[in-house]
Amino acid sequence: MTKNRHYPTYFLFGTLLLYVVLYLLPGILGIGYSFTDWTAYSDEVHFLGYDHMFDNYVKAFSDAKYFGYLGNTLLFTLVTTIVKNGVGLALAVLLTKQVKLLNFHRAVLYIPAVLSALIVGMIFKSILNPAQGLLNSTLKIFGVKGLKWLTDPKIAFWSVMGVDIWKGMGYIMTIFIAGILSISPTYYEAAQIDGASGWQQFRAITLPMLVPTMTVTTVLNVIYGLRVFDMVYALTNGGPGFATEVLYTGIYKEFGFGRYAMGTTLSSIMFVFMALIGFFLIRAMNRNEVEE
Amino acid sequence: MAVKKRLQRIGVNVLAWTLSLLLITPLVLILINSFKTGQEAAQMSLRLPSVLQLENFKTVIERGKLGVTFLNSLTYSVFSVLLCTLTSAMAAFVLSRNRSKANKIVYFLIVLGMAMPINFIALMKVMQTLDIINKRIGIILLYAAIQTPFNVFLIYSFVGKIPKDIDEAAIIDGCSPLQLFFSIIVPLIKPVLVTVMVLTFLNTWNEYILPLYFLGSSDKWPMTLAVYNFFGMYYRDWNLVCADIVLTSLPVIVVYLLGQKYIVSGMTAGAVKG
Repeated sequence: MTKNRHYPTYFLFGTLLLYVVLYLLPGILGIGYSFTDWTAYSDEVHFLGYDHMFDNYVKAFSDAKYFGYLGNTLLFTLVTTIVKNGVGLALAVLLTKQVKLLNFHRAVLYIPAVLSALIVGMIFKSILNPAQGLLNSTLKIFGVKGLKWLTDPKIAFWSVMGVDIWKGMGYIMTIFIAGILSISPTYYEAAQIDGASGWQQFRAITLPMLVPTMTVTTVLNVIYGLRVFDMVYALTNGGPGFATEVLYTGIYKEFGFGRYAMGTTLSSIMFVFMALIGFFLIRAMNRNEVEE
Repeated sequence: MAVKKRLQRIGVNVLAWTLSLLLITPLVLILINSFKTGQEAAQMSLRLPSVLQLENFKTVIERGKLGVTFLNSLTYSVFSVLLCTLTSAMAAFVLSRNRSKANKIVYFLIVLGMAMPINFIALMKVMQTLDIINKRIGIILLYAAIQTPFNVFLIYSFVGKIPKDIDEAAIIDGCSPLQLFFSIIVPLIKPVLVTVMVLTFLNTWNEYILPLYFLGSSDKWPMTLAVYNFFGMYYRDWNLVCADIVLTSLPVIVVYLLGQKYIVSGMTAGAVKG
Protein backbone atom coordinates (compact mmCIF):
# COMPACT_ATOMS: atom_id res chain seq x y z
CA MET A 1 0.00 0.00 0.00
CA THR A 2 1.32 3.45 -0.87
CA LYS A 3 -0.03 4.93 2.34
CA ASN A 4 2.19 2.66 4.39
CA ARG A 5 5.13 3.70 2.24
CA HIS A 6 4.68 7.42 2.76
CA TYR A 7 3.42 7.19 6.33
CA PRO A 8 5.55 4.33 7.62
CA THR A 9 4.66 2.38 10.73
CA TYR A 10 8.14 2.79 12.21
CA PHE A 11 7.12 6.39 13.06
CA LEU A 12 4.97 4.83 15.79
CA PHE A 13 7.71 2.79 17.41
CA GLY A 14 8.97 5.36 19.92
CA THR A 15 5.53 6.20 21.20
CA LEU A 16 4.38 2.60 21.31
CA LEU A 17 7.49 1.49 23.17
CA LEU A 18 7.06 4.16 25.84
CA TYR A 19 3.32 3.83 26.13
CA VAL A 20 2.95 0.07 26.03
CA VAL A 21 5.89 -0.78 28.29
CA LEU A 22 5.50 1.94 30.90
CA TYR A 23 1.77 2.60 30.86
CA LEU A 24 -0.33 -0.22 29.49
CA LEU A 25 1.79 -3.15 30.63
CA PRO A 26 1.84 -2.17 34.34
CA GLY A 27 -1.92 -1.76 34.24
CA ILE A 28 -2.44 -5.24 32.83
CA LEU A 29 0.29 -6.87 34.94
CA GLY A 30 -1.27 -5.20 37.95
CA ILE A 31 -4.56 -6.99 37.34
CA GLY A 32 -2.63 -10.25 37.26
CA TYR A 33 -0.85 -9.44 40.53
CA SER A 34 -4.15 -8.62 42.23
CA PHE A 35 -4.87 -12.38 42.31
CA THR A 36 -1.69 -13.10 44.25
CA ASP A 37 -0.24 -12.73 47.75
CA TRP A 38 2.59 -10.41 46.61
CA THR A 39 4.32 -8.52 49.45
CA ALA A 40 7.63 -6.77 50.00
CA TYR A 41 8.65 -9.37 52.56
CA SER A 42 8.89 -12.38 50.31
CA ASP A 43 10.62 -12.91 46.99
CA GLU A 44 8.03 -15.46 46.00
CA VAL A 45 4.66 -14.51 44.61
CA HIS A 46 1.87 -17.07 44.86
CA PHE A 47 -1.41 -17.28 43.04
CA LEU A 48 -4.21 -17.26 45.61
CA GLY A 49 -5.82 -20.37 44.12
CA TYR A 50 -9.09 -20.63 42.26
CA ASP A 51 -11.17 -20.75 45.44
CA HIS A 52 -9.65 -17.58 46.84
CA MET A 53 -8.59 -15.66 43.75
CA PHE A 54 -10.94 -12.75 44.42
CA ASP A 55 -9.98 -12.45 48.09
CA ASN A 56 -8.21 -9.12 47.61
CA TYR A 57 -11.23 -7.69 45.84
CA VAL A 58 -13.59 -8.97 48.51
CA LYS A 59 -11.38 -7.28 51.09
CA ALA A 60 -11.33 -4.01 49.10
CA PHE A 61 -15.11 -3.83 49.10
CA SER A 62 -15.81 -5.26 52.58
CA ASP A 63 -13.07 -3.85 54.81
CA ALA A 64 -14.38 -0.59 56.27
CA LYS A 65 -11.00 1.10 55.81
CA TYR A 66 -10.69 0.39 52.10
CA PHE A 67 -14.34 1.03 51.54
CA GLY A 68 -13.81 4.40 53.20
CA TYR A 69 -11.12 5.23 50.62
CA LEU A 70 -13.58 4.50 47.84
CA GLY A 71 -16.28 6.57 49.52
CA ASN A 72 -13.97 9.53 50.06
CA THR A 73 -12.73 9.39 46.49
CA LEU A 74 -16.28 9.45 45.15
CA LEU A 75 -17.30 12.28 47.51
CA PHE A 76 -14.25 14.30 46.49
CA THR A 77 -15.03 13.74 42.82
CA LEU A 78 -18.69 14.66 43.17
CA VAL A 79 -18.15 17.83 45.22
CA THR A 80 -15.17 19.23 43.32
CA THR A 81 -16.80 18.50 39.95
CA ILE A 82 -19.99 20.33 40.83
CA VAL A 83 -18.34 23.30 42.52
CA LYS A 84 -15.57 23.75 39.95
CA ASN A 85 -18.12 23.66 37.14
CA GLY A 86 -20.37 26.13 38.91
CA VAL A 87 -17.69 28.56 40.02
CA GLY A 88 -15.71 28.17 36.80
CA LEU A 89 -18.78 29.02 34.76
CA ALA A 90 -19.65 32.02 36.95
CA LEU A 91 -16.11 33.38 36.64
CA ALA A 92 -16.11 32.79 32.89
CA VAL A 93 -19.36 34.71 32.50
CA LEU A 94 -17.95 37.56 34.57
CA LEU A 95 -14.69 37.67 32.63
CA THR A 96 -16.35 37.78 29.22
CA LYS A 97 -18.20 40.95 30.18
CA GLN A 98 -16.96 44.50 29.78
CA VAL A 99 -14.28 44.28 32.43
CA LYS A 100 -11.16 46.39 32.14
CA LEU A 101 -7.81 44.54 32.19
CA LEU A 102 -9.62 41.37 31.22
CA ASN A 103 -6.46 39.44 30.44
CA PHE A 104 -4.90 40.46 33.72
CA HIS A 105 -7.83 39.03 35.68
CA ARG A 106 -7.90 35.86 33.61
CA ALA A 107 -4.17 35.34 34.13
CA VAL A 108 -4.41 35.91 37.88
CA LEU A 109 -7.26 33.44 38.28
CA TYR A 110 -5.35 30.84 36.29
CA ILE A 111 -2.04 31.11 38.16
CA PRO A 112 -2.94 28.64 40.97
CA ALA A 113 -3.43 25.99 38.29
CA VAL A 114 0.19 26.21 37.11
CA LEU A 115 1.67 25.78 40.57
CA SER A 116 2.58 22.36 41.87
CA ALA A 117 -0.08 20.84 44.11
CA LEU A 118 2.66 20.11 46.61
CA ILE A 119 3.46 23.81 46.86
CA VAL A 120 -0.18 24.82 47.05
CA GLY A 121 -0.53 22.27 49.85
CA MET A 122 2.30 23.85 51.81
CA ILE A 123 0.91 27.35 51.32
CA PHE A 124 -2.47 26.32 52.69
CA LYS A 125 -0.95 24.39 55.57
CA SER A 126 0.23 27.79 56.73
CA ILE A 127 -3.01 29.65 55.97
CA LEU A 128 -5.18 27.01 57.63
CA ASN A 129 -2.97 26.70 60.72
CA PRO A 130 -5.40 27.01 63.65
CA ALA A 131 -3.14 29.20 65.82
CA GLN A 132 -1.19 31.54 63.52
CA GLY A 133 -2.81 30.93 60.14
CA LEU A 134 -4.04 33.82 58.04
CA LEU A 135 -7.59 32.48 57.84
CA ASN A 136 -8.19 32.15 61.56
CA SER A 137 -6.47 35.45 62.39
CA THR A 138 -8.65 37.19 59.79
CA LEU A 139 -11.77 35.53 61.23
CA LYS A 140 -10.68 36.70 64.68
CA ILE A 141 -10.76 40.33 63.53
CA PHE A 142 -14.43 39.84 62.71
CA GLY A 143 -15.02 38.12 66.04
CA VAL A 144 -15.53 34.68 64.54
CA LYS A 145 -13.88 31.74 66.24
CA GLY A 146 -11.66 29.83 63.82
CA LEU A 147 -11.75 26.11 63.23
CA LYS A 148 -9.10 23.39 63.20
CA TRP A 149 -9.31 23.22 59.44
CA LEU A 150 -6.97 20.32 58.76
CA THR A 151 -6.95 18.42 62.05
CA ASP A 152 -10.63 18.16 62.92
CA PRO A 153 -11.77 14.89 61.27
CA LYS A 154 -15.21 16.34 60.58
CA ILE A 155 -14.01 19.24 58.46
CA ALA A 156 -10.54 18.24 57.25
CA PHE A 157 -11.81 16.64 54.06
CA TRP A 158 -13.92 19.69 53.25
CA SER A 159 -10.87 21.90 53.70
CA VAL A 160 -8.92 19.70 51.30
CA MET A 161 -11.71 19.95 48.76
CA GLY A 162 -11.84 23.72 49.25
CA VAL A 163 -8.14 24.14 48.53
CA ASP A 164 -8.41 21.87 45.52
CA ILE A 165 -11.25 23.99 44.18
CA TRP A 166 -9.16 27.15 44.69
CA LYS A 167 -6.38 25.59 42.63
CA GLY A 168 -8.49 24.04 39.90
CA MET A 169 -11.27 26.48 39.13
CA GLY A 170 -9.15 28.82 37.01
CA TYR A 171 -8.46 25.97 34.64
CA ILE A 172 -12.15 25.16 34.26
CA MET A 173 -12.90 28.87 33.89
CA THR A 174 -10.44 29.14 31.00
CA ILE A 175 -12.20 26.33 29.14
CA PHE A 176 -15.59 27.94 29.74
CA ILE A 177 -14.27 31.29 28.49
CA ALA A 178 -13.26 29.64 25.23
CA GLY A 179 -16.72 28.06 25.07
CA ILE A 180 -18.52 31.35 25.65
CA LEU A 181 -16.39 33.22 23.14
CA SER A 182 -17.28 30.66 20.48
CA ILE A 183 -20.99 31.48 20.79
CA SER A 184 -22.02 33.75 17.95
CA PRO A 185 -22.87 37.29 19.22
CA THR A 186 -25.85 37.45 16.86
CA TYR A 187 -27.87 35.31 19.30
CA TYR A 188 -27.37 37.88 22.04
CA GLU A 189 -28.13 40.77 19.70
CA ALA A 190 -31.41 39.16 18.68
CA ALA A 191 -32.29 38.47 22.31
CA GLN A 192 -31.55 42.06 23.29
CA ILE A 193 -33.83 43.36 20.55
CA ASP A 194 -36.56 41.14 22.00
CA GLY A 195 -35.87 42.70 25.39
CA ALA A 196 -34.42 39.66 27.15
CA SER A 197 -32.76 40.37 30.51
CA GLY A 198 -29.19 39.30 31.28
CA TRP A 199 -30.41 36.31 33.27
CA GLN A 200 -32.80 35.29 30.51
CA GLN A 201 -29.99 35.48 27.96
CA PHE A 202 -27.84 33.32 30.19
CA ARG A 203 -30.59 30.73 30.65
CA ALA A 204 -31.74 30.61 27.06
CA ILE A 205 -28.50 31.10 25.11
CA THR A 206 -25.29 30.72 27.13
CA LEU A 207 -26.25 27.65 29.12
CA PRO A 208 -27.64 25.49 26.30
CA MET A 209 -24.80 26.48 23.96
CA LEU A 210 -22.27 25.46 26.59
CA VAL A 211 -23.52 21.89 26.98
CA PRO A 212 -20.68 20.37 24.91
CA THR A 213 -18.11 22.40 26.85
CA MET A 214 -19.68 21.33 30.10
CA THR A 215 -19.48 17.68 29.05
CA VAL A 216 -15.76 18.08 28.58
CA THR A 217 -15.17 19.97 31.85
CA THR A 218 -17.24 17.43 33.74
CA VAL A 219 -15.34 14.49 32.34
CA LEU A 220 -12.05 16.26 33.09
CA ASN A 221 -13.07 16.97 36.66
CA VAL A 222 -14.26 13.42 37.19
CA ILE A 223 -11.02 11.94 35.85
CA TYR A 224 -9.00 14.32 37.98
CA GLY A 225 -11.10 13.69 41.08
CA LEU A 226 -10.90 9.92 40.90
CA ARG A 227 -7.13 10.04 40.46
CA VAL A 228 -6.47 12.71 43.08
CA PHE A 229 -3.32 12.23 45.11
CA ASP A 230 -1.17 15.37 45.22
CA MET A 231 -3.45 17.68 47.11
CA VAL A 232 -4.44 15.17 49.78
CA TYR A 233 -0.87 13.99 50.25
CA ALA A 234 0.42 17.54 50.64
CA LEU A 235 -2.29 18.81 52.99
CA THR A 236 -3.17 15.94 55.32
CA ASN A 237 -1.59 12.76 53.95
CA GLY A 238 -4.89 11.02 54.57
CA GLY A 239 -5.17 12.07 58.21
CA PRO A 240 -6.38 12.63 60.81
CA GLY A 241 -6.86 8.87 61.09
CA PHE A 242 -8.24 7.89 57.70
CA ALA A 243 -10.60 10.87 57.52
CA THR A 244 -9.19 12.25 54.27
CA GLU A 245 -7.75 9.08 52.77
CA VAL A 246 -8.56 8.66 49.08
CA LEU A 247 -7.75 5.70 46.86
CA TYR A 248 -4.41 6.95 45.59
CA THR A 249 -3.03 8.00 48.96
CA GLY A 250 -4.28 4.64 50.26
CA ILE A 251 -2.42 2.83 47.49
CA TYR A 252 0.73 4.75 48.35
CA LYS A 253 0.41 3.64 51.97
CA GLU A 254 -0.09 0.02 50.95
CA PHE A 255 3.07 0.41 48.89
CA GLY A 256 4.88 1.86 51.91
CA PHE A 257 3.76 -1.03 54.12
CA GLY A 258 4.87 -3.49 51.46
CA ARG A 259 1.36 -4.85 50.90
CA TYR A 260 1.82 -4.88 47.15
CA ALA A 261 -1.03 -7.24 46.26
CA MET A 262 -3.59 -5.08 48.06
CA GLY A 263 -2.21 -1.92 46.51
CA THR A 264 -2.33 -3.35 43.04
CA THR A 265 -5.90 -4.58 43.64
CA LEU A 266 -7.05 -1.06 44.52
CA SER A 267 -5.21 0.22 41.43
CA SER A 268 -6.88 -2.38 39.24
CA ILE A 269 -10.34 -1.42 40.42
CA MET A 270 -9.53 2.12 39.30
CA PHE A 271 -8.01 0.88 36.06
CA VAL A 272 -11.16 -0.88 34.92
CA PHE A 273 -13.41 1.92 36.13
CA MET A 274 -11.35 4.62 34.42
CA ALA A 275 -11.05 2.69 31.18
CA LEU A 276 -14.84 2.81 30.97
CA ILE A 277 -14.88 6.53 31.71
CA GLY A 278 -12.13 7.06 29.16
CA PHE A 279 -14.28 5.37 26.59
CA PHE A 280 -17.05 7.91 27.21
CA LEU A 281 -14.56 10.76 27.21
CA ILE A 282 -13.38 9.85 23.74
CA ARG A 283 -16.97 9.50 22.55
CA ALA A 284 -17.82 12.93 23.98
CA MET A 285 -14.81 14.53 22.32
CA ASN A 286 -15.49 12.92 18.97
CA ARG A 287 -18.97 14.37 19.07
CA ASN A 288 -17.46 17.82 19.59
CA GLU A 289 -15.18 17.28 16.63
CA VAL A 290 -18.14 16.50 14.39
CA GLU A 291 -19.92 19.65 15.51
CA GLU A 292 -16.95 21.79 14.55
CA MET B 1 -30.80 53.26 30.96
CA ALA B 2 -27.34 54.72 30.42
CA VAL B 3 -26.89 55.23 34.17
CA LYS B 4 -27.91 51.66 34.87
CA LYS B 5 -25.47 50.38 32.28
CA ARG B 6 -22.64 52.43 33.75
CA LEU B 7 -23.43 51.20 37.26
CA GLN B 8 -23.45 47.65 35.98
CA ARG B 9 -20.10 48.15 34.35
CA ILE B 10 -18.59 49.53 37.57
CA GLY B 11 -20.17 46.62 39.42
CA VAL B 12 -18.53 43.90 37.31
CA ASN B 13 -15.18 45.64 37.52
CA VAL B 14 -15.34 45.89 41.30
CA LEU B 15 -16.37 42.24 41.46
CA ALA B 16 -13.52 41.16 39.19
CA TRP B 17 -10.95 43.05 41.27
CA THR B 18 -12.34 41.70 44.54
CA LEU B 19 -12.15 38.13 43.29
CA SER B 20 -8.69 38.53 41.78
CA LEU B 21 -7.31 40.05 44.97
CA LEU B 22 -8.96 37.43 47.14
CA LEU B 23 -7.63 34.58 45.04
CA ILE B 24 -4.12 35.94 44.77
CA THR B 25 -3.81 36.63 48.52
CA PRO B 26 -2.27 33.23 49.38
CA LEU B 27 0.47 33.81 46.83
CA VAL B 28 1.11 37.39 47.99
CA LEU B 29 1.33 36.05 51.53
CA ILE B 30 4.16 33.72 50.54
CA LEU B 31 6.00 36.43 48.66
CA ILE B 32 5.80 38.91 51.56
CA ASN B 33 6.89 36.40 54.15
CA SER B 34 9.85 35.22 52.10
CA PHE B 35 11.46 38.63 52.81
CA LYS B 36 10.88 38.63 56.57
CA THR B 37 13.00 37.55 59.52
CA GLY B 38 12.13 34.24 61.15
CA GLN B 39 10.48 36.01 64.05
CA GLU B 40 8.32 38.22 61.86
CA ALA B 41 7.28 35.29 59.65
CA ALA B 42 6.17 33.20 62.64
CA GLN B 43 2.88 35.08 62.47
CA MET B 44 2.45 34.52 58.70
CA SER B 45 0.50 37.73 58.33
CA LEU B 46 0.16 40.07 55.37
CA ARG B 47 2.07 42.80 57.25
CA LEU B 48 5.01 44.05 55.20
CA PRO B 49 8.53 43.18 56.39
CA SER B 50 10.37 45.88 58.36
CA VAL B 51 13.61 45.22 56.49
CA LEU B 52 13.93 43.13 53.31
CA GLN B 53 15.79 39.96 54.26
CA LEU B 54 17.38 39.06 50.96
CA GLU B 55 19.73 36.62 52.66
CA ASN B 56 16.76 34.27 53.16
CA PHE B 57 17.16 33.28 49.55
CA LYS B 58 20.88 32.70 49.92
CA THR B 59 20.30 30.56 53.00
CA VAL B 60 17.69 28.49 51.22
CA ILE B 61 19.83 27.92 48.15
CA GLU B 62 22.63 26.61 50.36
CA ARG B 63 20.67 24.62 52.92
CA GLY B 64 17.96 23.38 50.58
CA LYS B 65 20.54 22.31 47.96
CA LEU B 66 18.54 24.22 45.39
CA GLY B 67 21.40 24.21 42.89
CA VAL B 68 21.46 20.44 42.52
CA THR B 69 17.70 20.01 42.63
CA PHE B 70 17.22 22.80 40.08
CA LEU B 71 19.55 21.00 37.70
CA ASN B 72 17.69 17.72 38.36
CA SER B 73 14.33 19.30 37.56
CA LEU B 74 15.78 20.97 34.50
CA THR B 75 17.29 17.68 33.26
CA TYR B 76 14.06 15.74 33.73
CA SER B 77 11.92 18.45 32.16
CA VAL B 78 14.11 19.22 29.15
CA PHE B 79 14.82 15.63 28.17
CA SER B 80 11.26 14.39 28.65
CA VAL B 81 9.98 17.38 26.67
CA LEU B 82 12.32 16.64 23.77
CA LEU B 83 11.72 12.89 23.80
CA CYS B 84 7.96 13.04 24.22
CA THR B 85 7.45 15.81 21.66
CA LEU B 86 9.48 13.98 19.03
CA THR B 87 7.89 10.56 19.50
CA SER B 88 4.37 11.93 19.91
CA ALA B 89 4.64 14.15 16.84
CA MET B 90 5.91 11.33 14.63
CA ALA B 91 3.22 8.95 15.86
CA ALA B 92 0.42 11.51 15.65
CA PHE B 93 1.45 12.43 12.10
CA VAL B 94 1.25 8.85 10.83
CA LEU B 95 -1.88 8.03 12.82
CA SER B 96 -3.64 11.09 11.48
CA ARG B 97 -2.56 10.63 7.84
CA ASN B 98 -2.90 6.88 7.49
CA ARG B 99 -6.19 6.00 9.12
CA SER B 100 -6.05 2.27 8.54
CA LYS B 101 -8.03 0.00 10.81
CA ALA B 102 -4.95 -0.99 12.83
CA ASN B 103 -3.89 2.64 13.24
CA LYS B 104 -7.35 3.65 14.41
CA ILE B 105 -7.17 1.03 17.16
CA VAL B 106 -3.68 2.18 18.15
CA TYR B 107 -4.87 5.79 18.35
CA PHE B 108 -7.88 4.82 20.43
CA LEU B 109 -5.72 2.86 22.88
CA ILE B 110 -3.25 5.71 23.25
CA VAL B 111 -5.92 8.34 23.79
CA LEU B 112 -7.64 6.08 26.31
CA GLY B 113 -4.53 6.63 28.41
CA MET B 114 -5.70 10.17 29.15
CA ALA B 115 -8.19 8.71 31.58
CA MET B 116 -6.45 5.58 32.76
CA PRO B 117 -4.57 5.61 36.03
CA ILE B 118 -1.04 4.31 36.44
CA ASN B 119 -0.55 1.19 38.51
CA PHE B 120 2.55 2.40 40.36
CA ILE B 121 3.20 -0.86 42.15
CA ALA B 122 3.21 -3.00 39.02
CA LEU B 123 5.18 -0.24 37.29
CA MET B 124 7.85 -0.63 39.97
CA LYS B 125 8.15 -4.30 38.95
CA VAL B 126 8.49 -3.37 35.28
CA MET B 127 11.14 -0.77 36.08
CA GLN B 128 13.09 -3.19 38.24
CA THR B 129 13.05 -5.71 35.43
CA LEU B 130 14.31 -3.10 32.96
CA ASP B 131 16.83 -1.88 35.54
CA ILE B 132 15.74 1.75 35.23
CA ILE B 133 14.40 2.19 38.75
CA ASN B 134 16.15 4.81 40.89
CA LYS B 135 17.86 6.18 37.78
CA ARG B 136 17.53 9.51 36.01
CA ILE B 137 16.91 7.87 32.66
CA GLY B 138 14.01 5.90 34.16
CA ILE B 139 12.27 9.03 35.41
CA ILE B 140 12.76 10.79 32.08
CA LEU B 141 11.27 7.83 30.18
CA LEU B 142 8.37 7.72 32.62
CA TYR B 143 7.59 11.40 32.24
CA ALA B 144 7.67 11.01 28.48
CA ALA B 145 5.37 7.98 28.71
CA ILE B 146 2.70 9.47 30.97
CA GLN B 147 2.33 12.56 28.80
CA THR B 148 2.19 10.68 25.53
CA PRO B 149 -1.62 10.24 25.39
CA PHE B 150 -2.46 13.93 25.68
CA ASN B 151 0.34 15.05 23.39
CA VAL B 152 -0.58 12.55 20.67
CA PHE B 153 -4.19 13.67 20.99
CA LEU B 154 -3.31 17.36 20.60
CA ILE B 155 -0.92 16.96 17.67
CA TYR B 156 -3.22 14.47 15.92
CA SER B 157 -6.06 16.95 15.72
CA PHE B 158 -3.70 19.69 14.53
CA VAL B 159 -2.19 17.55 11.77
CA GLY B 160 -5.74 16.83 10.60
CA LYS B 161 -6.14 20.50 9.72
CA ILE B 162 -3.08 20.57 7.42
CA PRO B 163 -4.20 19.86 3.83
CA LYS B 164 -2.94 16.58 2.40
CA ASP B 165 -2.10 18.23 -0.94
CA ILE B 166 1.06 19.51 0.70
CA ASP B 167 2.21 15.96 1.37
CA GLU B 168 1.38 14.87 -2.15
CA ALA B 169 3.35 17.71 -3.69
CA ALA B 170 6.34 16.86 -1.52
CA ILE B 171 6.11 13.17 -2.34
CA ILE B 172 6.00 13.91 -6.05
CA ASP B 173 9.13 16.01 -5.58
CA GLY B 174 10.78 12.90 -4.18
CA CYS B 175 10.66 13.53 -0.43
CA SER B 176 11.30 10.52 1.78
CA PRO B 177 8.95 10.06 4.77
CA LEU B 178 11.56 11.50 7.14
CA GLN B 179 12.20 14.49 4.87
CA LEU B 180 8.47 15.03 4.49
CA PHE B 181 8.00 14.99 8.24
CA PHE B 182 10.96 17.05 9.37
CA SER B 183 11.23 19.66 6.62
CA ILE B 184 7.59 20.07 5.55
CA ILE B 185 5.26 18.99 8.35
CA VAL B 186 7.21 20.09 11.44
CA PRO B 187 7.37 23.76 10.38
CA LEU B 188 3.63 23.70 9.68
CA ILE B 189 2.67 22.23 13.05
CA LYS B 190 5.07 24.43 15.02
CA PRO B 191 2.31 26.14 17.07
CA VAL B 192 0.98 22.87 18.46
CA LEU B 193 4.52 21.63 19.07
CA VAL B 194 5.24 24.71 21.17
CA THR B 195 2.01 24.14 23.11
CA VAL B 196 2.96 20.54 23.74
CA MET B 197 6.44 21.51 24.86
CA VAL B 198 5.24 24.19 27.26
CA LEU B 199 2.61 21.94 28.82
CA THR B 200 4.95 18.97 29.11
CA PHE B 201 7.56 21.18 30.73
CA LEU B 202 5.13 22.58 33.29
CA ASN B 203 3.67 19.18 34.13
CA THR B 204 7.07 17.59 34.55
CA TRP B 205 8.35 20.45 36.69
CA ASN B 206 5.34 20.31 39.02
CA GLU B 207 5.03 16.55 39.28
CA TYR B 208 6.42 14.77 42.31
CA ILE B 209 4.62 11.44 42.59
CA LEU B 210 6.97 9.54 40.27
CA PRO B 211 10.13 10.60 42.13
CA LEU B 212 8.33 9.80 45.38
CA TYR B 213 7.84 6.24 44.21
CA PHE B 214 10.86 5.66 42.04
CA LEU B 215 13.75 7.87 43.17
CA GLY B 216 14.95 6.74 46.56
CA SER B 217 18.12 8.82 46.79
CA SER B 218 17.60 12.49 47.59
CA ASP B 219 20.48 13.65 45.37
CA LYS B 220 18.27 12.83 42.35
CA TRP B 221 15.18 14.61 43.66
CA PRO B 222 13.57 17.38 41.65
CA MET B 223 12.88 20.80 43.18
CA THR B 224 9.27 20.13 44.19
CA LEU B 225 10.15 17.10 46.26
CA ALA B 226 13.16 18.87 47.77
CA VAL B 227 11.06 21.84 48.84
CA TYR B 228 8.65 19.50 50.59
CA ASN B 229 11.52 17.82 52.37
CA PHE B 230 12.89 21.23 53.35
CA PHE B 231 9.48 22.12 54.74
CA GLY B 232 9.61 19.01 56.91
CA MET B 233 12.94 20.07 58.39
CA TYR B 234 12.42 23.82 58.72
CA TYR B 235 8.69 24.05 59.36
CA ARG B 236 9.36 26.56 62.16
CA ASP B 237 11.20 28.94 59.83
CA TRP B 238 8.37 30.04 57.59
CA ASN B 239 10.49 32.82 56.08
CA LEU B 240 12.86 30.18 54.69
CA VAL B 241 10.06 27.87 53.58
CA CYS B 242 8.43 30.79 51.76
CA ALA B 243 11.70 31.74 50.09
CA ASP B 244 12.11 28.15 48.96
CA ILE B 245 8.55 28.10 47.60
CA VAL B 246 9.17 31.34 45.71
CA LEU B 247 12.35 30.04 44.10
CA THR B 248 10.78 26.71 43.17
CA SER B 249 7.72 28.32 41.62
CA LEU B 250 9.62 31.02 39.78
CA PRO B 251 10.54 28.92 36.71
CA VAL B 252 6.95 27.76 36.38
CA ILE B 253 5.56 31.28 36.60
CA VAL B 254 8.09 32.55 34.04
CA VAL B 255 7.28 29.76 31.58
CA TYR B 256 3.58 30.34 32.18
CA LEU B 257 3.81 34.07 31.50
CA LEU B 258 5.92 33.54 28.38
CA GLY B 259 3.84 30.67 27.05
CA GLN B 260 0.39 31.74 28.23
CA LYS B 261 -0.96 32.00 24.71
CA TYR B 262 0.17 28.47 23.87
CA ILE B 263 -1.09 27.00 27.13
CA VAL B 264 -4.56 28.40 26.67
CA SER B 265 -4.77 27.30 23.05
CA GLY B 266 -3.60 23.81 24.00
CA MET B 267 -6.08 23.44 26.80
CA THR B 268 -9.00 24.66 24.85
CA ALA B 269 -8.16 22.87 21.59
CA GLY B 270 -9.24 19.57 23.02
CA ALA B 271 -10.24 21.05 26.34
CA VAL B 272 -8.48 18.12 27.87
CA LYS B 273 -5.58 17.77 30.24
CA GLY B 274 -3.24 14.79 30.48
